[in-house]
Order: sequence, then C-alpha cells, then structure tokens
Amino acid sequence: MPIVELKVWRGGDDGEYQTFHVEYDEGEVILDVVHRLQSTQAQDLAVRWNCKAGKCGSCSAEVNGKPSLMCMTRMINFTSGDVIAISPMKTFPLIKDLVTDVAWNYENARKVPHFKPKERDADGKHRMMQIDIERGQEFHQCIECYLCQNVCHVIRDHPENKENFVGPRFFIQMAQVNMHPLESVSQKPDALEGYGLDYCNITKCCTDVCPAGIKITDNAIIPLKERLIDDKFDPLRWLGRKIKIGNSK
Amino acid sequence: MKVINKNQFIITYFNLYGVKLVTQSTQEESLLNRYGKTLRTDRWWFEPLLVGIGLFLFIMYSTVSAAILGNYWSYEIGPYLSPFFEPLFYTDVIPKWVSPAIFILWAPLSFRMTCYYYRRAYYRSYFLSPPACAVREPANSYAGESTVPLIVQNIHRFAMYGALIFVPILWNGAIRSFYWEGEIGIGVGSLILTLNAFLLSGYTLGCHSFRHLVGGGLNSFTGSKYQVIRKKVWDMVSSLNAHHKKWAWSSLIIVGFSDLYVHMVAAEWIVDFNTWGSFF
Repeated sequence: MPIVELKVWRGGDDGEYQTFHVEYDEGEVILDVVHRLQSTQAQDLAVRWNCKAGKCGSCSAEVNGKPSLMCMTRMINFTSGDVIAISPMKTFPLIKDLVTDVAWNYENARKVPHFKPKERDADGKHRMMQIDIERGQEFHQCIECYLCQNVCHVIRDHPENKENFVGPRFFIQMAQVNMHPLESVSQKPDALEGYGLDYCNITKCCTDVCPAGIKITDNAIIPLKERLIDDKFDPLRWLGRKIKIGNSK
Repeated sequence: MKVINKNQFIITYFNLYGVKLVTQSTQEESLLNRYGKTLRTDRWWFEPLLVGIGLFLFIMYSTVSAAILGNYWSYEIGPYLSPFFEPLFYTDVIPKWVSPAIFILWAPLSFRMTCYYYRRAYYRSYFLSPPACAVREPANSYAGESTVPLIVQNIHRFAMYGALIFVPILWNGAIRSFYWEGEIGIGVGSLILTLNAFLLSGYTLGCHSFRHLVGGGLNSFTGSKYQVIRKKVWDMVSSLNAHHKKWAWSSLIIVGFSDLYVHMVAAEWIVDFNTWGSFF
C-alpha cells in the first residue's frame, strides 16, 4: 500500500505537530487514514467522528489548511509520499488533538430568532404552499459541521467579534425563519439587527467550504442584508411603510 | 517518530513559494498572527492576484480613455459611439478638458464599486480581508461594513436604480449602430456594441439587489397574481444571479474592448468591416 506523511496536531494550545507515516488505499478518505493511525501508532489520538458519510458534521478539521470534513476528503487526490497536515478547527477553543469546543455555536443557536408562527386560520389550521417554503428548504441541508463558522475571517482572525457576530451558520437559520410565510415576529423592522450581518463583507468563504453545497452568501446572507437595508437605509421603503404601500411581505 | 514545531511547519510551507517571512530567531512569536499565516499548500494567492491585476488594468484604461483623454481621442465614428460616452452630452458650456464621459461614468462606477461580487473581489485582492479563505488577514481589528467608511456600501440598491437606466440607453446605442446615413447595415462594430449591451444587461439584471427588488423581499409567492408573476421574474433573475461573477467579468471586458475598438477605428489604426464602406 502507498504511504503518506501525516502531520497531525497533538495536544492542546501548547501542543505541536507530530509526523507519522501511514499506509492508505486510493479509495479511502482522510478519516480512514486517521483511524488507521489511531489503531496502529497513536491510540490516544482524539478525533471526533460519527457517520463517516458527510451527514453528521462531526469530523470537521483543516486538511492542508483547508477547512474540510475528513470523511469527505478523498485520498485519491494525494499521491504516495505526499505530506498532509491535519489540524483542528482554528476558530474554536482546542480541547485536545483534533477536537475543539464548539459550544459558542450552541449559544448563538439560542440567541437568534426562532420560528413563531402567525395566528391560525379560522378553521384552526396553518396554511402554506410548497412554492413559498422551497427557499428555506435549501437551508435544511445544513449538517452543523461549523466549517463555515470556522473559516469566516470575521471571527477566525478577530475573535473579539464573537460577541457581536453569530456567523454564517446562524444567518441561514435567521433567513430560514425570516423568509417563512407563516413567521410572525422576525419579519418586523429591526428584527435583523444585532446579529452582526453588517460585519460580513461577503467574501464567500462560508459558501466555498460548505459540504452541503448551501449557497450561504447568495441565498441567505445577501437577501438578509437587503432586508436590513429595506428597514434601515431605504427612504423610499420607509415612506412606503408610513403610507402603507409596497410592504407586502 | 519525528516531532516538529508548529511554526517551523508554517515556515516550511511558505518557503515552497520562495517567501521567507521572518528570521528563525523571531519566528516563534511573530508568526502567530502574521499576515498570510496559513497551512494551505495550493496556489491560494493566484486568484486574488489575477483579479487585482485585472481590475487595476481596467481602472487605469477607463480613467485614461474616458476621463483624461475624453475630448482628445475620438470616441465616435460612423454609427458607433463608445459605451463610455453613451448617451452623448453635447454642450458648449463645459470646457474642452472636461470629458463628457464624466456625466455617464458615475452610474456604472458606483454600481460596480458597490456590487456584491466586486466587493468580494476587491476586499480579497486589495484589502486582503481576507486574501483567501483560511489565510490570515493583516488588519488587527475588523468591523466590516458596520461602520464608516464601508457602511456606504449600502447605497448599492440606489446605484442599481441608476445602472438600470443605462440598460435601454446602451441598447439604443447598439441598435443605432446598424443605421448609417439613411442605410441599414451591419459592421463588426455593430456586433461588438450589441454584445456589450447584451452582457451589460445580463450583469445588471442579475444583480443581487435587483433580485431582492423583483421578488426576493417577498415571503409568499402565492397571495395574488401579482406575486405569482414576481416569483417567475425572481426565478429568471436568480438564474442570471447564479453566474453573476461571469456576467460581471465578461461585461467589464467587453465595455473596455468596445471603447478601444471605436477609438482604433476612429484613429484609422484598424478598418471596420461593414456593409457601408469607409466612414471617412
């Protein structure tokens, strides 16, 4: 079997890269090789994983500096003798080896608006059409791997912004709720303020790394920015709201 | 088992590009937050470099051609008028050194400067914010578009209103280029100006703000016939928007080339093949 040179981060913040030579097969993924390393040379290597099918979002890491799911990074892209650096996600506090503490995301999940449906119809039912909720269904594909949060330079390079910025993963959650035809609360003016939408400078790294292929920037962040502009910066919209026209969301 | 230091590893990768950032004696501390820090081994710098050069060349060319040499380099020949000067403002009031293009260029300039695609492009290439994904940016603090001056980017929808006006104006110029001295005809210039109008339409009508305006701001597409129509328009704009980057670059290149072509024909550097014969 061919052999690659793995440089794997070991330890906590004061850890170091350790070099291993591990056999691999062309049909494998990085996670297979990490498992082989764990079973043969580094039994105490900490690595978080679950489904090994790109659906659970557990094995997020950085492979040669690129935020990726280890289970979706194919070994066929490497050749024998290649050096592969495997690092934990940089944006989150490191626990050990390749495992980080992503609890900041859970705090944001509680912070952003949640779905609060309008009053039911007179017959006690909620009604909505498939065509109206299709947009939000793209966002259901999110597997919460937090690679988009990890790559976003707003917090990756400036951790001080974590207080004011919920990140791309929660912008799609906000978009999902805000665009819902039955939503009642988050569509009000000012409801989008305070989550750091205006920190995003749409450099699209979140979209680039999303393993679910969600067009985070084009379909969630920019539409939300435009809705925020409706409420904050567009005097024509403001006038329209005052005289009750053109506000048919 | 060989153990290497985290920062030594970073140095190794930078040296693959022939770039030595710091001396060995200072590497431990100074590399931690230094610009360009990354473990990426691909050519991440190539796209921002290419985009930066491309935008720089266009800005230089358009400034010289339209703003500086406006009245000193003929921009009109036969039925062809450079798109930088469309529609042409004839006036004796303004002095000759003031190019008529400055009455036009504010619209496309403000539209492209605040365009969501171009923002991505120049934030990466010129502001290095970030230069590429997962590559450390040089700034020590960051507030994005939440404060002055970048909060001004929110004028994009107003720039879009201005740019929309120029879509029919450029089509008018393209159609006019098929008519010369009472005779309908066709020339290479006519085709170039028509392609310019087509690509600029695709770019303008695929704009994210326009997408929001036509239907993206709605939460229901089924409440009325009006909303159903807006959904159909939104779908069409969305399909253009999916390739906004391609429309942005192709329309940028063709508008510059159209201007250059008209100048070259007017200066008799090249001959325009057409059905009318010579314009001179």
